[in-house]
Amino acid sequence: MSQAYSWMLTLVVFLPAVGAAIILLLPRAEEQAIKWVALLTTLATFGVLVGILFEFDYDQSGRLQMQVDKHWIDVINSHYHLGLDGISLPLLALSAFVTVLCVIYSWNHFPEPHNPKAFLALILVLEVGMNGTFVAQDLILFFVFFEVVLLPMFFMIGVWGGPNREYASIKFFLFTLFGSALMLLSFLAIYFESNPHTFDIAALSDSHLKLLTGLSTGTASLIFAGLFLGFAIKVPMFPFHTWLPDAHTEAPTVGSVLLAAILLKLGTYGFVRIALPILPGAAKDWAPWIGLLAIIGIIYGALGCLAQRDMKRLIAFSSVAHMGFVMLGIATLTTIGINAAIFGMVAHGLITGMLFFIAGSVQHNYGTRELSRLGGLLKQAPKMGWILGFCAMASLGLPGLAGFWGEFPAIQSTFEPGGNLSQPLFRTYMVIAALGTVLAAGYLLWMLQKVAFGVPKAEFAEAHVHDVNAFEWTAWVPMLLLILALGLFPNIVFHVTDQPVSCKTAVPFSSTPVQNCATAQLTAARSGG
Amino acid sequence: MLAATAHLPTPVFDWHALAPQLVIVATMIVVLIADLLLPDRESWRTSTIAAVGLLVALVPVATLAHDGTDRSMFGGAYVVDGYALALMGFFIVAAYLTIMLSVDYINEGDYYKGEFYFLILVSTFGMCVMASSRDLISLFVALETISIPTFVLATWRKHDRKSNEAGVKYYLIGVLSSAIMLYGMSLIFGVTGSTLLSDIRTYLDHNGANALVTVAIFLSIVGFAFKVSAVPFHFWAPDTYEGSPTPVTAFLSVASKAGGFVALINIIYFGFYLPSGKVASSWWPALWVLAALSMTLGNLSALRQTNIVRMLAYSAIAQGGFMLVPFVAAGIAGANGDLTVAAQSMSSVVVYLFIYGAMSLGAFAVVIAVARRTRSAEISSYSGLFQTTPGLALVMTLFMASLAGIPPLAGWFAKFVMFRSIIEAGTGWGVALGIIAAVNSVIAFFYYFRVVVQMWFRPVATEDRSPIVIPQPLVVAIGITTLVVVVIGVYPQLFARVGEFAF
Repeated sequence: MSQAYSWMLTLVVFLPAVGAAIILLLPRAEEQAIKWVALLTTLATFGVLVGILFEFDYDQSGRLQMQVDKHWIDVINSHYHLGLDGISLPLLALSAFVTVLCVIYSWNHFPEPHNPKAFLALILVLEVGMNGTFVAQDLILFFVFFEVVLLPMFFMIGVWGGPNREYASIKFFLFTLFGSALMLLSFLAIYFESNPHTFDIAALSDSHLKLLTGLSTGTASLIFAGLFLGFAIKVPMFPFHTWLPDAHTEAPTVGSVLLAAILLKLGTYGFVRIALPILPGAAKDWAPWIGLLAIIGIIYGALGCLAQRDMKRLIAFSSVAHMGFVMLGIATLTTIGINAAIFGMVAHGLITGMLFFIAGSVQHNYGTRELSRLGGLLKQAPKMGWILGFCAMASLGLPGLAGFWGEFPAIQSTFEPGGNLSQPLFRTYMVIAALGTVLAAGYLLWMLQKVAFGVPKAEFAEAHVHDVNAFEWTAWVPMLLLILALGLFPNIVFHVTDQPVSCKTAVPFSSTPVQNCATAQLTAARSGG
Repeated sequence: MLAATAHLPTPVFDWHALAPQLVIVATMIVVLIADLLLPDRESWRTSTIAAVGLLVALVPVATLAHDGTDRSMFGGAYVVDGYALALMGFFIVAAYLTIMLSVDYINEGDYYKGEFYFLILVSTFGMCVMASSRDLISLFVALETISIPTFVLATWRKHDRKSNEAGVKYYLIGVLSSAIMLYGMSLIFGVTGSTLLSDIRTYLDHNGANALVTVAIFLSIVGFAFKVSAVPFHFWAPDTYEGSPTPVTAFLSVASKAGGFVALINIIYFGFYLPSGKVASSWWPALWVLAALSMTLGNLSALRQTNIVRMLAYSAIAQGGFMLVPFVAAGIAGANGDLTVAAQSMSSVVVYLFIYGAMSLGAFAVVIAVARRTRSAEISSYSGLFQTTPGLALVMTLFMASLAGIPPLAGWFAKFVMFRSIIEAGTGWGVALGIIAAVNSVIAFFYYFRVVVQMWFRPVATEDRSPIVIPQPLVVAIGITTLVVVVIGVYPQLFARVGEFAF
């Protein structure tokens, strides 16, 4: 079965693979050709995405669109099923968007040991995995794409990373692999518990089809545990976050950006796309604990930031805190919370991605990221300094910038959690999370002060510091504009996500009957699976 | 008994069904004669003859598969069905790849050539017979035909003490395991009054298992456990693998091991597997323990290795453990009276064997290619391979990642069908084994990626930075295996269908 424009999804996923194959065939010395192939491939992929944005029916964003459903592995009843709805769309767009900017930023910035051929081929393979994960509608297909990102990122950190790269890359790989092994077991258990057996995400999560009615509470909870580990490690939630600071610190700039902007979202997306809709009952049982880990993450991440001496490590810990807000939103099981979570994913992707870009350029200029040795960026490279200030403001959740719309509604949603969750408990979380935003302001301003304010330290007083160059401008301006645009017009995202969230994801948890969702739509969604 | 022998029926020969084996036998004879006639410097041509002969043997396998009818001979002792054909194809291709691995290795050392390929062919012949055996006696004969040539092959580097040690250890353990297995088989014959697997199955169906049958089953399983080097009967494997010439090691760890697994499938699925489940419950706990121990100890020992061949040897033990998991699934499900799981589990063993064969032979091909330059099998000698020979480093990475089970490389599907069978079987014991397997597949990542880390992250260790030159036969072997690992990883349906064809 294929719907209109379904080829677009296949193209947006596999076009980067074609680019990677071409790059592999080019001789290593042809660096210019390789760079152009990479840039054109990512641009073409982004072009396909723009086409998708045009063809997407926003009034029906709750429905899976542009679906393609072909036989893939018949023996295990797994299909090549891609589809796009309002939850996938912002993340797919983010992925295709950021990858282009990463290729542009890399143009003259290839970290040692150089080798653009391998570096760019890996970025393209990475994009296949990222784009694929966001549109896969079959559990096994999802699993395969989810894992495809592992090897490229492993090599990016391990080959082009900092001094401790070997340890960091192995740790990254190992944590994720452990989670996904258990996740796969859970997928299999879902398959065998569903009646009729299926791996189809849309069918499994459709509450009207009742495929999983025979599931006992205990089994459901165990299956959810496997999913939880798989996704929570990727997010990463406290206490599975320890791989993240190492991976971020050691990764090359572009690796950090992609890791923060996209890879972490694979985990939170997994919760919204798979764990909550397929096992809503177990999600209710687990939600208080997820909420607890989320607020521990918020506070722990913030305190961790204050203890860092390395700029990149600080940003990495801030990721733990920000992803805590995302997970808190998800844990409330409310329409507002889940919408906020998706917004938070996009906003965090842009803002933290930008922060890592800047950290990379700072390192490039000064040869260090030690906060105690930095200072006076505003004096030596005022434009970069202001951009850092802008991003820090966005990250701490200043209203009018993108970060605000991820955090504020997430906190707001904890006031009245869905799914009969304990109100006092979640209101306690609310208070603690609110304190977390204060801490966030603290560490971000502290970082800004250390890096940008004051006078340059003696050792760099005479250093020749480049301000933002052409490649950086090209890569950064689109992100900065988007941060501003999403801050001013948050409805760009909420408009797309609200329908799938309120009409599908949050339905099993809401006590009041669903409003504003035409029955026709739900039926359409059902026949879509 | 005497009356029965008087009426010995004249066996009916179905020549078409026997064609693959006959082609191999003919090739063996041609290789021997050619070795006599060819002058010494031309004797490498025997490898070409052997390789071509094997490819020709694939033709009748294909025509038989196309024909699709099950053929049974010798009173049901010898059956050519989808299962037998699928595995014959696998064995022949594995032997072909082994020959590709051997050509330059054997040519450059001062080794006998004609005899080497002759022995490989004999062993392959045994494997093809094994695939069709449905009788304890033909099973045993096939198993010995597989093993005896490999005892000799293991000692091929005859001036090397390690190679001699490898052969002697392998020989002694091989004989011991045969003796134990034969004892078990004789007990089964004593109880059931037949050597035919279908008769044994019928008998057990009606009478269930008594203590003697349980002992007999246990003994024959122990015998097979030696053959497939399952922990705790594995201790011979690392020394044998390390001491043997590397192409022989590849042959042992892939083809010969697969032969053991095929024997196990024959005896368990066609013999002891039982609808009523009384017998299934008497063997699956033993296999559960073997599987769990093999996976865990194989992996933990592999972690400590610094020699890549020893590492691959232990990894083969662990992979063998993974392959035992579907047997347990079949047993658990059978004991619960669920029969559909059994066939599916067996087909997942077949799929696992196919994929394992491709990735493992590929890895060995790279090991041989690298050793031609470095003269070393130390993992540290791989440092900086990405900088000197990026192509070789890339394919080795694919093989290692595939062995570790990372999508989208074929290994993931092997692991996946294995997990699927055990989760489908359900029950606490099943899920527990599934979780042990999951944890082990994470541990395995460590040692496979030690090689990857050396190749990509470490600087070049040697003075010589020129790329490694790979002889053509090795290129063929690496090419075929890489293709399988990538294509099957992305589109596993191809092998999955063969697995279904088999069961």
